[in-house]
Amino acid sequence: MPNSSPIVEFTDVEKRYGEGPLILDRISFGAQRGDFVSLIGPSGCGKSTILRLISGLNPLSAGRIDVDGMKPENAAEELSFVFQEPTLLPWLTAVRNVEIPMRLRGAGPAKRGEIARRSLALVGLADRENYYPRQLSGGQKMRVSIARALSSSPRILLLDEPFGALDEMTRDHLNEELLAIRQQQAWTAFFVTHSVAEAVFLSNRILVLSANPGRIHSEVRVELPYPRTEETRLSNTYQHLVAEVSRLLRSVERLRP
Amino acid sequence: MNKQVLRWLMPVMTGVGMIGLWYAVHMSLGEERRFLVPAPTEVFRAFHDKGPALWGAALSTAEGAFFGFASAVALSFLMALFLSLSPLIRASFYPYLMILQMTPIIVMAPILVLWVGPGLMSVTVITFLICFFPMVVNTTQGLISTDRNLVDFFKMCRATTRQEIFLLRVPAALPYFFTGLRIAATLAPIGAIVGDFYAGNSGGGQGGLGFLTIIYSSQFQMGALFATAVVACLLGFVFVAGVIALSWLALHKWHDSFSQTDS
Repeated sequence: MPNSSPIVEFTDVEKRYGEGPLILDRISFGAQRGDFVSLIGPSGCGKSTILRLISGLNPLSAGRIDVDGMKPENAAEELSFVFQEPTLLPWLTAVRNVEIPMRLRGAGPAKRGEIARRSLALVGLADRENYYPRQLSGGQKMRVSIARALSSSPRILLLDEPFGALDEMTRDHLNEELLAIRQQQAWTAFFVTHSVAEAVFLSNRILVLSANPGRIHSEVRVELPYPRTEETRLSNTYQHLVAEVSRLLRSVERLRP
Repeated sequence: MNKQVLRWLMPVMTGVGMIGLWYAVHMSLGEERRFLVPAPTEVFRAFHDKGPALWGAALSTAEGAFFGFASAVALSFLMALFLSLSPLIRASFYPYLMILQMTPIIVMAPILVLWVGPGLMSVTVITFLICFFPMVVNTTQGLISTDRNLVDFFKMCRATTRQEIFLLRVPAALPYFFTGLRIAATLAPIGAIVGDFYAGNSGGGQGGLGFLTIIYSSQFQMGALFATAVVACLLGFVFVAGVIALSWLALHKWHDSFSQTDS
């Protein structure tokens, strides 16, 4: 859909917290429906802030953000957020945790239970629905967190370094699972990461940001066909792109004051 | 020897050793001063002779302790909810709560007896006062210590303030609440005994353990005084055990303090 209007559009967005320094400086970009956009850059480049602005959690200081034709604060129903940490309620079982967003919106117990169980099955945790978070491994907790985000059938998924704390094997598995789920559900993703390999594997677009203040330095298009699998990581195109993004990231790091 | 057996045996041995020591102190005193440290057997005899009076008094004290404790739990929870609303509210009220806590209960007790009258009512109020502060402080701390990310998550789901309080902050505060509850449970019987030391005898009904203490000490009934101490101690245990059981019920499934794989 090359010419349809963007589902998320940033126009000259600026952000500072209070009287603090400028975090984001004139950020402009548009994401099309179905895009998987990774944001990568040195720490302090404001990539997590971009997600928080899209979610409407924080107000912007200047410019304009359109989320499916709405202001971010009115677009809550369109969005789901996956945090760095699993951010589960420890006193609720996996299935009850997945139900929380629906519960907060007033859905009935029967309906939300059914959707929550389906969502857990999607991330491969159907047999863990009655486990408490502390009985689950780090990877499983993150799966529950993703199931919770997907349970509200979002159009836009915001993921803030969700797999950063996991070991590489688990991270690779979850990357593949995330793409497999995306084959069945057409959401647009914004994915913050520190891992170049992860960004290339998941995305069709990678925004490389520079820091102090955060600016979009460059964009890399990843012309690898979906569905992507383990094989994708072995292809020349993939290897080449990882090298290119790494090079860009290094040049951005060099820009730092 | 097996470690498990040792774990049971050592505390028992310690207890036996302490009773032995007690006997030794008793025997080492001269004939005319020996009554000051009655032998364990005399304490047991006091239990036998004064049993009905002791248990009756224990029940009476327990009643005041329970009502004071329960009302402190309920009101401290509401107070903590209020205090958790803003730092400004906390700053406005904490100093006065501190003053309430810093004033020794021994000084307050006679005043309160004059205010609310003797008997169960003043015992309850004195217990309430001694339990209230630790409960408020702990519960408030719990309510304002909710994980930042969880609060953000609720905000992103556009949760109402009421939802945020009752689905997130209150359950997250439970471990803190139970810490306060444990402290209050050890204080409640003490408060109640102080209470009926001042006011328990004149309420028309039977006096509590504090009242027995006055009688036995005025008559130099050392065995009976020791027996009263033992009963008071048992009452404390009952309260603490009750709270531990409650906190187990509320927390064992999910909280790390009850982790099965305790390392």
